[in-house]
Amino acid sequence: MSALTLTLKTRPRQRVDMSPLVCQKLAGMAPDDIAAIPLQTGNKTVRVDELFKIQGSDSHNLVIAGSCNKLDFIGKALDGGSITIEGDCGAYLAQGMKAGTVRLDGNAGLYAGCEMKNGLLEINGHAGDFVGAALPGNKQGMKGGTILVKGNVGDRAGDHMRRGVILVEGDAGDYCGARMIAGTIAVMGQTGRYLGYAMRRGTLLLWNQPRLSATFNDCGSHTLAFLPILFSSLKSLNSRFADSAQAFNRVQRYGGDMAETGKGEVLVKL
Amino acid sequence: MIINGVSIDKTFAEAFPMKATRAIITAQNEKWAMISAQAMTGFATSVIACGCEAGIERVLDPSETPDGRPGVAILIFAMGGKALAKQLETRAGQCVLTSPTSALFAGIEAGKPIPLGKNLRYFGDGFQISKKINGKRYWRVPVMDGEFLTEATTAQVDAVGGGNFLVLAESQPQALAACEAAIEEMRKIPNVIMPFPGGIVRSGSKVGSKYPALGASTNDAFCPTLKGVTNSELSPEIESVMEIVIDGLSQEDIDKAIRVGMQAVCDLGSENGIKRISAGNYGGKLGPFHFHLQEIMA
Repeated sequence: MSALTLTLKTRPRQRVDMSPLVCQKLAGMAPDDIAAIPLQTGNKTVRVDELFKIQGSDSHNLVIAGSCNKLDFIGKALDGGSITIEGDCGAYLAQGMKAGTVRLDGNAGLYAGCEMKNGLLEINGHAGDFVGAALPGNKQGMKGGTILVKGNVGDRAGDHMRRGVILVEGDAGDYCGARMIAGTIAVMGQTGRYLGYAMRRGTLLLWNQPRLSATFNDCGSHTLAFLPILFSSLKSLNSRFADSAQAFNRVQRYGGDMAETGKGEVLVKL
Repeated sequence: MIINGVSIDKTFAEAFPMKATRAIITAQNEKWAMISAQAMTGFATSVIACGCEAGIERVLDPSETPDGRPGVAILIFAMGGKALAKQLETRAGQCVLTSPTSALFAGIEAGKPIPLGKNLRYFGDGFQISKKINGKRYWRVPVMDGEFLTEATTAQVDAVGGGNFLVLAESQPQALAACEAAIEEMRKIPNVIMPFPGGIVRSGSKVGSKYPALGASTNDAFCPTLKGVTNSELSPEIESVMEIVIDGLSQEDIDKAIRVGMQAVCDLGSENGIKRISAGNYGGKLGPFHFHLQEIMA
């Protein structure tokens, strides 16, 4: 069975809510039924086949081809299966994903992987602000799983993050790890201002010395035993994080945010 | 059955169901992993008074341990799940948490989860850090030498305790030498421990006692000094008897250990004073697992 492939016919003029098109909802549906699924775009409702050419039948393995940054909510609450997106995507990619894999070739908009519960989100390009964050008004962001971004992430990555891992091969914007409750964010590139702002617990693992706020205190240099275990858990990823030459266990540890409970940490590679 | 002049009794060792788990202790080097493992498995020869039976299963290469450091695998056996969990936790807290550079990991994945470092984390007084990696929860507890890393849980499995055989020899040094040879071979078998000092017990017991308070007492039928005054199992030339007790994760594991152990004893043979091999048999009253010596050596 070949992958169920939805190819975008033309770039839509309004944003499209793609949340009905996730593997678990498409399972067992006939091609005609999939074609007839209503999608909200702007103030209109359209059929799937008005926007997409439909090929293949394996709904467990969904491909969205020719994607663009108008397609929001791709893979929302995905509960198993895989979604591959060829091109860019809009906001809320893999929001609240429970299981499975979402792979994006291009760049993601705002709130990628927000409130994700488990699974793997792999973004080959850049991601916008609020990666793995909580939606506005909500208290908890990502609660599990892994987000891998090969490019850069915008501001407030991991805002209110509760658990799980965010891996950034490129740079992170301002307020990275702000208001973190727990979890791990690793950034190979540079980080912006207000790193870990009001974080309560959790780990920010950095390859480069950040600009730290006055409310982060130096706890000295240490060899930490959990780091080899963390790095070995990343071995299966298609990423520089899987490269054992990138792994380290010797870090400078900064505790903070002391304006909060001070039980979070920034670990910088030595 | 006679092998190399050693007579194998037509009897069986009797064993009983236990609960068991494996833990992996790592440290900066093998020396310190072993020190911690020896402390954790100390005073754990018999459930009668120690609460559990524990021993070192084997030394682990750095490539086999979760954190890539030298390690030691230990097995702990107890009569029930509650007793096992209590012993594991108190021993881990006093003997691994305290031991310089140590870290502690689960050695069994499948089975009912029981706390390993789950409650030791409170030693961290709120400064402990949880990390969930690949579905497993670890605790990082700040301690004076750095950080104590421990997995939150390990798994409890059904196991078998009390497999045994008795070595009957013409002298005490010969009995000991034969048992030492057996233990050396048996230590190569995975999933088993021989919990007594050096793997060997000289005070085998029978069920019951003339003193009502005691549930077990010396196995007078195998005591050489009582040959003439009790209903003895010993022939005149036997001057010393020693026993090897085996706890294993399965009946097959104990089978294997008994086989290599008895083989090593028989290899020394009658010219080294080894006359007979027997087993602790309580008429089938003690437990459902029976190890028939002649069948194992057949």
